[in-house]
Amino acid sequence: MSRIFKYSFIFIWSAFVLTPLSWALVTSFKPPAAVNNGATFIPWLQFQPTLDGWKDITGISGYANLFPPLINSATVTFFATLVSLTFGCMAAYGLSRFSYGWKHYKNPDIIFFFISQRIMPPAVLAVPFFILLKTLHLLDTKLGLVLVLTSGLMPIVVWLLVDFFNQLPKEIDEMAMLEGCNPFEAFVRTILPLSKPGLTVAGMFSIIFGWNDLFFALVLTFTNVQTLPVAVVALNGTVTPFWTLCASAIFSILPLIGLAFVVERFLSKGGFAGAVR
Amino acid sequence: MKGSTVNLNLHNVSVEDEREVILKDITFDFKPGKIYVLIGRTGSGKTSLMRTIAGLIEPTDGEIYLGEERLDEVPIWQRGIAMVYQQFINYPQRTVLNNVEFPLLRSGISKADAKVQALAMLEKVGLTEFKDRKPSQLSGGQQQRVAIARALVRNTRVILLDEPLMNLDYKLREQLREEFRILFKTTSNSVTIYATTEPSESLFLGDELLVMRQGRIIQHGKPNYVFENPSTIDVAQIVNDPPMSILDGEIKGGRVNIDGSINFEVPNHLKSQPDGKYKIGMRASEVILGGNMSNSEEGSVSLAEVSGSETLLYVKLRIGEVVLQLEGIHDYHIGQRVVISIAPERIFLFNMDSTLCAAPGN
Repeated sequence: MSRIFKYSFIFIWSAFVLTPLSWALVTSFKPPAAVNNGATFIPWLQFQPTLDGWKDITGISGYANLFPPLINSATVTFFATLVSLTFGCMAAYGLSRFSYGWKHYKNPDIIFFFISQRIMPPAVLAVPFFILLKTLHLLDTKLGLVLVLTSGLMPIVVWLLVDFFNQLPKEIDEMAMLEGCNPFEAFVRTILPLSKPGLTVAGMFSIIFGWNDLFFALVLTFTNVQTLPVAVVALNGTVTPFWTLCASAIFSILPLIGLAFVVERFLSKGGFAGAVR
Repeated sequence: MKGSTVNLNLHNVSVEDEREVILKDITFDFKPGKIYVLIGRTGSGKTSLMRTIAGLIEPTDGEIYLGEERLDEVPIWQRGIAMVYQQFINYPQRTVLNNVEFPLLRSGISKADAKVQALAMLEKVGLTEFKDRKPSQLSGGQQQRVAIARALVRNTRVILLDEPLMNLDYKLREQLREEFRILFKTTSNSVTIYATTEPSESLFLGDELLVMRQGRIIQHGKPNYVFENPSTIDVAQIVNDPPMSILDGEIKGGRVNIDGSINFEVPNHLKSQPDGKYKIGMRASEVILGGNMSNSEEGSVSLAEVSGSETLLYVKLRIGEVVLQLEGIHDYHIGQRVVISIAPERIFLFNMDSTLCAAPGN
């Protein structure tokens, strides 16, 4: 009974998630008639697929070119994730292994402080960030956007990795220190190699949040650094046909889907099996 | 300094926090080339003492010297101390060979030399054929041998072994215990400190026994001496497994009287003791099953436990409970009536404040 329930749930959920995506994918290849003259679903059978929508967003038809925004998004997301992971994993390791605090504020409070930055609505931060970047002459620059995104991604990384490091036996780093590693070397040589699953998860979250950021990119960049979500929204504001909009939607999520397939193998369980029995 | 033979001195080392005393005034001089066994119950401070020596716990008071060097002021990674944990701690992402090479490489030895030394050590611990495997692909005993090999390969001045056999099964424990003795005696000129809760292990491995209780060393000496002359009832309980049975009794008019029930003539080793009330201790292996003399008493079995090739019999007497260790496997049921006898010449006599008055053989 529970098996039937489980598979029914998986089926319904998959349908819920995949139907809009499949619909968008199919529509991106439709000619105008296949959209305007009633619903069609199956390419070649109900309509002859065309690449018009895709030509519209890749600069071939001269309508729009999403490649420059794609490169901007990729650059900004990559560096924001890199900075967040680099410093976030060190912060998380410190919070996992050492005790900090002042009076009755201890490690859990510091961790909550990190994650509390995600609780704040982005709109609250928009004006301060705008003024800050303006003062630093970083408005409409990739560096400015990287810094702002990092401030949002780092808390996620720290929050996820503290929990991950807590599960790694402390005795491994102690052993490394007894065998001649200082605390930083113990972290880099013994804990980091065991942390691939945790780093992968934290990295994926960072990339997803960074890649999908619309709000800060919209507020803090204008013409020089247009990211993909902003470019897609900009298409929507014009008289863009459905098939082109669907192509742009699929185009904007394709890199993430590809990445998900690549990193899936890092998420296998038992990353630190054999450390402690 | 590496591998050189220097004493490890602890002077009044204490570790305390606002809630509890973890170690209190530990003063001891550990000499190289000897195996010191720390024995005590769980929570007695054995692991804390080792972690303090290793630098993983900071002493709140006292000093630790390795030769002339003030060890407690040296960072952990520069102390040159090897430690083997209860759990089998290895680097899971490295092969067995890389695990053993790691501490050598960290100490600045060339890769080629490290490999030669690591392979030699793997041969000593019998793991050569597993050198390319990951620790997770080995059995528990083999994993612990990798950890031992890592500890020994650097030839450090101090080796700390924190109940390394605890998580192994009985047979493997016995086998590794034999191997340890040979390994440590033949390969190490270090100060070797071995923590255990098992008296048999301490008697087998130790050159010197340190009995710990509540963060203090309560007695130390040659294992046999401590075993034969426990300074207090606590020591007697710790160094005997199963624990020594203790009954209230008195010496009066040349006879030993245990709660008015068991009565026998004062044996030779207690002859010099004045009349008065005492606590009387008996090892489980020295309580006799059967008998019909005045040194006998009938009781009922409260627990029968088969341990290896022995049977432990807990017998509830009117005057208290005694434990008997019987050779072979016997079938007793709870409540069964049995008669036990005390061997007068084998009893220990303690004052009412628990300190030893007389032991058999003295």
